[in-house]
Amino acid sequence: MRITCPICGERDIREFTYQGAAVALDRPDPEAGDEAWDHYVHLRENPAGRTRDLWYHSGGCSAWVVVTRDTVTHEVFDTELAEEAKA
Amino acid sequence: MRIPGKGLIDETQVSFRFDGHAYEGRAGDTLASALLANDVRLMARSFKYHRPRGPLTAGSEEPNALVTVGEGARRDPNVRATVQEVYDGLVARSQNAFPSTSFDVMAVNDLLSPFLSAGFYYKTFMWPRAFWEKLYEPVIRRAAGLGALSGEPDPDQYEKAFAFCDLLVIGAGPTGLMAALTAARGGADVILCDEDNRMGGRLLAENEEIGGMPGHVWAEEVLDELRDMENVRLMTRTTVTGAYDQGTYGALERVRHHRPRGPLPKSCFWRIVAKRAVLAAGALERPVAFRNNDRPGVMTAGATRAYLNRWGVAAGKSVVVFGNTDDTHRTARDLIAAGVHVPVVVDNRHDAEPQGDYRVIAGGHVVNSSGRRGVEAVEVAHANGRRESFACESLAMSGGWNPSVHLACHMNGRPVWNDAIQAFVPKPGMIPGMTAAGAANGTFSTHGCLEDGQQAALDALSDLGRKAEADTLPPAGDAPYRIRPLWAVPGRGRAWLDFQNDVTVKDVKLAAQENFRSVEHMKRYTTQGMATDQGKNSNVAALAVLADATGRAIEETGTTTFRPPYTPVPIAAMGAGGGGIGFAPQRFTTSDAAARQSGAPMIEAGLWYRPSYFPKPGETTWRQSCDREVRMVRDAVGICDVSTLGKIDIQGPDAGAFLDFVYTNMFSTLKVGRTRYGLMLREDGHVMDDGTTARLGAHHYLMTTTTAAAGNVMKHLDFVSQALRPDLDVRFTSVTEQWAQFAVAGPKSRELLQGLLDAFTPEDWPFMACGDISVMGVKGRLFRISFSGEHAYEIAVPSRYGDSLYRELIARAETLGGGAYGMEALNVMRIEKGFITHAEIHGRTTAFDIGMERMVSDKKDCIGKTMSERPGLMDPMREQLVGLKPVGAVKQLTAGAHLYNAGEEPVRENDQGYITSNCYSPTLDTVLALGFLKNGRARHGEKIRMVDSLRGLDALCEVCDPVFLDPKGEKMRG
Repeated sequence: MRITCPICGERDIREFTYQGAAVALDRPDPEAGDEAWDHYVHLRENPAGRTRDLWYHSGGCSAWVVVTRDTVTHEVFDTELAEEAKA
Repeated sequence: MRIPGKGLIDETQVSFRFDGHAYEGRAGDTLASALLANDVRLMARSFKYHRPRGPLTAGSEEPNALVTVGEGARRDPNVRATVQEVYDGLVARSQNAFPSTSFDVMAVNDLLSPFLSAGFYYKTFMWPRAFWEKLYEPVIRRAAGLGALSGEPDPDQYEKAFAFCDLLVIGAGPTGLMAALTAARGGADVILCDEDNRMGGRLLAENEEIGGMPGHVWAEEVLDELRDMENVRLMTRTTVTGAYDQGTYGALERVRHHRPRGPLPKSCFWRIVAKRAVLAAGALERPVAFRNNDRPGVMTAGATRAYLNRWGVAAGKSVVVFGNTDDTHRTARDLIAAGVHVPVVVDNRHDAEPQGDYRVIAGGHVVNSSGRRGVEAVEVAHANGRRESFACESLAMSGGWNPSVHLACHMNGRPVWNDAIQAFVPKPGMIPGMTAAGAANGTFSTHGCLEDGQQAALDALSDLGRKAEADTLPPAGDAPYRIRPLWAVPGRGRAWLDFQNDVTVKDVKLAAQENFRSVEHMKRYTTQGMATDQGKNSNVAALAVLADATGRAIEETGTTTFRPPYTPVPIAAMGAGGGGIGFAPQRFTTSDAAARQSGAPMIEAGLWYRPSYFPKPGETTWRQSCDREVRMVRDAVGICDVSTLGKIDIQGPDAGAFLDFVYTNMFSTLKVGRTRYGLMLREDGHVMDDGTTARLGAHHYLMTTTTAAAGNVMKHLDFVSQALRPDLDVRFTSVTEQWAQFAVAGPKSRELLQGLLDAFTPEDWPFMACGDISVMGVKGRLFRISFSGEHAYEIAVPSRYGDSLYRELIARAETLGGGAYGMEALNVMRIEKGFITHAEIHGRTTAFDIGMERMVSDKKDCIGKTMSERPGLMDPMREQLVGLKPVGAVKQLTAGAHLYNAGEEPVRENDQGYITSNCYSPTLDTVLALGFLKNGRARHGEKIRMVDSLRGLDALCEVCDPVFLDPKGEKMRG
């Protein structure tokens, strides 16, 4: 599999470390309540199809990258820096 | 039998050995062609019935002729004789036969075959259950099987490599050559791979003209042009084994299988990344299932022609030909032209006519073969049912051709059935960026292949944004492909489908009859297609038989799943460089050489190597050295390299706010020139890591992490900075390798530094102070921190001074009655002080568990704070950090042992906690342990039972505070 790092360009998957769903970007307010925090820390979808997830370019520039891809076909639709996905 | 004047290989003689006999072959021969030239056709015994077998094919799809090449630890089992090239000194032998292939005692299985039908093992070895592991399985494993590994480490070298290109062309037959030529002329970077040692594909095996010259001459001309182009890489002996995501392909290059031992690696596993690919892998011929179709001498017609036209070898003096396409007649013509007798051509098509001077039985079938260790005669049934026998030494058979769709299906796509050619073909788009062309796409004429190859390349060029125009194609054969289905000839007896796993038509029918009607069930019940050849010759025929037995059409029956690799890939090649020392990177400190010179045994700490202890003359056990080193630090001074701890340099106006967010406690309030211990949580509220962070300037901090978690912490900081708080103006980088850092610990540490540092005033360096210093003219840093509980410092200099500073420190320490200490002593001293490591913060402990809940500041938010406040994580009945000392007769405490209330049975339900670290403390002259105990902080003074079921220990101990020594910290602060 190949992932395009927005900084370094297209690279082999072995340069990246998988983290999990991009839900991790949306950290709730400390007072958001148990349910919001439970969702943030524990609950994840497991879709057959389109996902947005976080990859760390550990073997490259150390960028956190949000990858939009398909878990069935492995097609990668889009990548963007977590920093910018956040903004 | 070699036919003088025939073949494309030169006359150079090479000597090799097979099963102990010396033979002569020619350079360019495969082991199979060389043995056939020597009239050796019995090369193996079959897997299950131990039937005598010879080569069925002339390529990598070979199911029968598997041999072991090489000797001793270098031996390579299950090598296909049809792929192995001969060279001077090659040693090969047959396998799966005892004592020899010509007399094999296990051939008794063949007589027992009525009892060894599909599902035999499932049905027979059911009972009694206990017999399975002890009796049945070992016996079956010994009886079945192919070649064996040597059982020794493989001394050969392997390699892995990467390549990138615009267009990858898989297969160098007419289609692939034309595709590569077109793309290369259009300026694309092209890699052309072929699994054979010579490119040309079927053009090397057929009498076929292209552009008015023999096909192999045309191929050579194309190759000459390609060789001269800088944008082309030709890779022979390279099998593309798998198609993966985003245009990544795996390929195995046989680098040194065709020559004697030398400096080159045996094979190389390539990962090729291609923007576009053309699958020009050709087609594989199908055998026909009829009674005793597995005798040596029975081979596919395409193989017969390949042996004849490429290697100049006739499969026998007389060859009967049997088939269902015009290839049958091509075979007869080639054989007759070479002077081989063709007694009869059996064509199952009723309208078949002779295309030369030979007899044709139209609408007929070969129904049986006979002979002792090879075919001596075949029996033919005429269309009207009349039987006739023909003496022959070989039978060339063809059931038609299967396009090599394998790679196209590696991403889970299924091929589609094409009725006109009675075969599966790829659907477009099964692998993004890859196009199948030529025979692999079901186009069987040479002209069609050239046209297909050119078009595929033009399409790829256009995709790549390059302009290219079609050249005029050279004239080539364009005869239509006329086929009449021919899968299994009806009749009694065993007719083989899968030669390698000994699966017959009967087995497939039996599977259907026993309701294993799905193709995936049939496969597993019969083992059809599950051998090393993965059913390349047999799967489609088996499907046809299953379709017939279940009353369905072939397309309705469907195929099994195609998975990589196309041909076997040695794990050694895929993992090349990863064995032994290459398994993981090794990191060495600047004091590594000095430590090893002192005779210190090194232990791994993550990727680092650190000294375990420093043995002195007379010390015979590690404990003696360790105890001495502990006393040395406690009484005088010790030196320890602590450079392996992660060091992260953090700068920016928001550095303090950033640290406040990642640590539970406050760092923005830390004064410049001071250091603070910090605790880091995961977002789920559990402890991630701990360490000290120094404030070197208003906007400048230096964080230390534990050795083991340095990488994780860096990743975490990157995440927090980029994904959660991109608003903070902060940047950081790892400086672990840039600084060499040494602990100078013990009551005499001050004295040691006084002589060493330029202008050192101890009063300016209170506990937890930090700042710049000068060490004999070198700028460094000093930290007044302690992991031993002693008055201690850590002194850091740029790495290039590490070795000399370390040696200087040791020399000065020795004059003060001190010296180096290793990991064992370090561990003892931190346990004496109740300092935690990842043995304690193992991922399931909270700040509350280790008694640090007050370190979670209520003035601010931080990672993990909200979740750490969950009631379950603050429950007093949680296991809390405690100290333990033995008080009974057994004076041993062990990490991993569990704790129980005295008087309760040591079972899981009564579990009270566990021990995480233990040591013998020479300072306190007792065994000590740290552990976690339910409600432990409230239970100091209680007696508790430790049970180590693994080591058979049962000890009584007393619960106490985890800080055993100097609880007020007077020594380290003083």
